[in-house]
Amino acid sequence: MVERQLPERQLPERLSPLEPVYHPGSHGNFEHGVDVILSETRPGSILQLAAWPGEEKRLMSGIYKVTGLALPDAAGGGVVNGAKAAFGFAPGKFTVVDEAEGLASAFTGVITPAIGTITDLSHGRTAIRIAGPKAEWVMAKFFAVDFALPAFPLGAGRSTNHHDVFAQIQRTGGDQFDIYVFRSFARSFWKALCHASEEVGYEVH
Amino acid sequence: MLINCPYCGPRDVIEFTYQGDGNRKRPQPASQDLDAWNAYVYDRLNPAGDHNEIWQHSGGCRAHLRVVRNTVTHEILSTAFARGGHKSAGHKAGGNQ
Repeated sequence: MVERQLPERQLPERLSPLEPVYHPGSHGNFEHGVDVILSETRPGSILQLAAWPGEEKRLMSGIYKVTGLALPDAAGGGVVNGAKAAFGFAPGKFTVVDEAEGLASAFTGVITPAIGTITDLSHGRTAIRIAGPKAEWVMAKFFAVDFALPAFPLGAGRSTNHHDVFAQIQRTGGDQFDIYVFRSFARSFWKALCHASEEVGYEVH
Repeated sequence: MLINCPYCGPRDVIEFTYQGDGNRKRPQPASQDLDAWNAYVYDRLNPAGDHNEIWQHSGGCRAHLRVVRNTVTHEILSTAFARGGHKSAGHKAGGNQ
């Protein structure tokens, strides 16, 4: 099998789909304090790695080799380390994120076609961060998932959806979640998230 | 109704898609056994009780699942991955703590 090399190319400047509705500052009921902070994290690389059945361990060690992230061997297990993050979102499938661009080329030659596939979704997903003491509360209005820390520990990932908008969620802090949504739905989701955050007072960074 | 996905844990039925009766045996594509094809397409047990079903967690991990559901009470008696190869061990919280 001939290994396909991803071509090195100059990527165009990325425009945020949230741009027309992204309004930094305090909003909603913030007179009594800001309880959630919303932001777009704009990672340079968002990859989906999928292992063929039986190749999961080799794929996970490939992720470790390239990113230094040691994934726990558990459903939905994940890890966050500064600029990089990874989590399982389905059997044998992982999302790997890096602040820097070019992560896909770093994986070619490590995740060989015999192990699995690499899909570069950097331009296809939008990463939204919600942080603050009421983050769990606001998230619980969107998704029927248990967001309490013992059920959803730091680093872990979940796949779910909100009104047909598929979402991958990773807990990246005690009261912080990163949500990956389709770029084409991101503006609508962002507006809904802002509306849902109004009651607790929110700030856009 | 909650379905306990072997990967994602308990999730609301709204995240799942019913993929049909899990008792069907598909004949070989080249088979010309009309009775077998007729049974595959039309014959259903339609039990009032435990029923083998195939569901997909289409709004989550997208895995296809083998589910035993009681058609009277809607109780989900068991769930497992429809395909082997991936561990169907119980859901663990997972994380770097």
